[in-house]
Formats: sequence, C-alpha cells, structure tokens
Amino acid sequence: MSERVLDVLKWKFPEAVLQTHSQFGDDTAIVDPKSWKAICRFLRDDPQMNFDMFVDLCGVDYPTRTPRIDVVLHLYSIARRHRVRLKTAIGNEDMENCVVDSISDIWPGADWFERETYDLVGVTFRGHPDLRRILMYPEFEGHPLLKDYPADRAQPLVPYREVGEAGQVLEKLPPFGPDEGMPFGRHGLGQGPNGAQRGES
Amino acid sequence: MGELKSEAKPTGENRQVTLDSGQSSGFATTRLEDLLNWARKWSLFKYPFVTACCGMEFMAVTSPRFDGTARFGAEAPRFSPRQSDLLWVVGTIAQRQAPVLKRIYEQMMEPKWVLAFGTCASCGGFYDNYTTVPGIDKIIPCDVYVPGCPPRPEAVIDGLMLLQDKIARGDRTPGIVKPREDPAEGVVKLRRSKDSDR
Repeated sequence: MSERVLDVLKWKFPEAVLQTHSQFGDDTAIVDPKSWKAICRFLRDDPQMNFDMFVDLCGVDYPTRTPRIDVVLHLYSIARRHRVRLKTAIGNEDMENCVVDSISDIWPGADWFERETYDLVGVTFRGHPDLRRILMYPEFEGHPLLKDYPADRAQPLVPYREVGEAGQVLEKLPPFGPDEGMPFGRHGLGQGPNGAQRGES
Repeated sequence: MGELKSEAKPTGENRQVTLDSGQSSGFATTRLEDLLNWARKWSLFKYPFVTACCGMEFMAVTSPRFDGTARFGAEAPRFSPRQSDLLWVVGTIAQRQAPVLKRIYEQMMEPKWVLAFGTCASCGGFYDNYTTVPGIDKIIPCDVYVPGCPPRPEAVIDGLMLLQDKIARGDRTPGIVKPREDPAEGVVKLRRSKDSDR
C-alpha cells in the first residue's frame, strides 16, 4: 500500500534515492545521507505523505562493508495509515565521517533516539541540540554496539575489590573461584583477541 | 524469661542462654556478645535495593503466603541506610548503579550485612557484558548468596536463616544457599514400553 510513497520519493528525489525495495509489506528507501534531512522534511510536510509519527531510529554496524554504519528510520502516518523505512549509509572503517543531519527539529521524538544511536553506535548527528550519552556514563570510552567493541570489556565506575582497604586484608572474599560460574560459549571460541585472552586465563 | 527458655539449646560450648531448671523465676547467664547477637539476628531491619525482576519474587517472599521476613523479625523495611542492618540487593546491578550501591553500603551503620538475592546480584548471571557488574561482591562485601533466577521463596528463607545462624555464631565468612535437591539426581527416567510388563 505504501509503495506509492516510494514512487513519490523516487519522483521527487531522483538522485538522492539510491535504491528501494518492498517485501512483506515493508517498503524501504536507501537514500543519500546528504539529502537525509530534506527527504524527512518533505515526508512530514507534504500533505500526501503526511508522516506525522516518528516510530524508531537506530544504527546498524556492518564491519566488513564501506560505508560501515546504517542509520535506519521508521515512520508512520496516522492519518494516511502508511509507513516507510528510510536507510542511509555513512562512515568508513575507522568511523570517520560518520555524520548525518539531525532530524530532531522535524520530529522532536527523535531527540533521545539520536542520543542513543550516538551513544551505542557512534553516529554524530549534525545540529542536534544536546548530543550526550544517554544510556552509558560519560566516562565510558568507545561505543559498545560496534562489532569491534570487545564483548568482554567492561569499564567499571567503581574499581573492583581486589586488595584490602587501608592495609586490611580483603574482608569477605567471594566464595566463587575465577573459573567457576557459567562460561556460556565464549571460552571455547579461541579465535580473535578476546577468545585468546579468555582461553588462557 | 520464658522467651529466653525457647532459645536454650544443649550445646557443647554452652554459649546459649540458660535458665535454671525447676524455678518459676530466676536468672539466666550468658555472655554479652551472645545476647547482642541474639538480639541482632531477630531484628534485621532491611534496606531493599530492588532493581530488577527478582523484585517480584521479593514481594512474594515478604507477602503473607510465604511470610518469609516477618516470622524472622526481618520485616520492617527502612528506606534510609542509616537505620537499616541488612542490605538486600535484589536484581541486576549495572555499572552505572555501582557507585550508588557502594555509597548506600557505606552509609549503613555497623554491624551491617548484605544479602545477594538472585543470580545477577551474586555473580552477574547471564549478563556477561559491558553493562553489568559481575556480582556485587566486586564492589561491597557480601554475606549470603541466594542463587536462582529468581530464587524460590524457600531458598530466600533458607538464606535468611543462614544469615541468622551466621550472626548468632559471629561468623563473618560468606555463605551460599545450597539447593535442597540436587537437580542432577532428580532426572526423570523415561519409561519405555519394552521394559513395562503391562
């Protein structure tokens, strides 16, 4: 039903819409990041499109692909009852130029979603009024949902108890040994920097 | 004095309160430390640090069907760490919450005890990633671990009684609630039609 949205987009932005596909009732347009904001503004303001509801915005990491990061936007029109998915691909292997325009002034609901995408995936949204981390703490380094973030790397805010305080021996040692607990499948991996580390310990 | 008599148990060390037999009134002898520990173990004021789904089971423990805290004198919650003795850490502790938990613990008055409720509080559970503290004992000393996801109310009551026992004995080493039945021993054997003698 909303394939008509894709037709209008292709007619209105012939250069910016790089690719479209429709499957199982989901209609997706892959667009040029330079036209990201213009397309969003058109989708909201055009009376035939009338996308008045912002649904979701997130980032996806494809580590072997260039450009590396996908920003995915889901929209819905309550009045017209059609929905569309917009994707744009940004950034290179080293996460350089991983920038896209903020759409939080078009749909205010996008504000925290863009902060979350910045926090977890590392996309910078140009023109965002308050681009800070929202889930992780400010001291956190890196972006944990990138595929090259080590799966077992924690950044504790409180240092773990290992030595006693003020010359005292450590009170109430944990009754679990370092090799106890549930390893799940990560010990057996053996490959990669994390697997080798965990396998030796 | 009748209440004290219920505590009188024949132990080898004679550390418990004793009452002279054959007397309708009289006096009891004990040590001050034992009397204090006896008072402490029956008046554990709790600070519920409830963060996750184990809180549902915590409610089940404290509500009338199991009545798991009032029977042991541990019912009254105090939402100020200054007034509480026992810190119940119920649920997953995120790295971002760790400073809060440590501060709450530091604000509690001595003597103080910590009970890790559920697998997440005990060792991080299945959260083996960047967000979760792998067990509250990485941050604060912990007295009793109650494993389970979430633990059954019976396990929690076992944990509370274990803590009371530790308090009475003055034992400061941590303890784990063991399962009442070994799951490996209770494997259901399937009955095959060949074996059955109809």
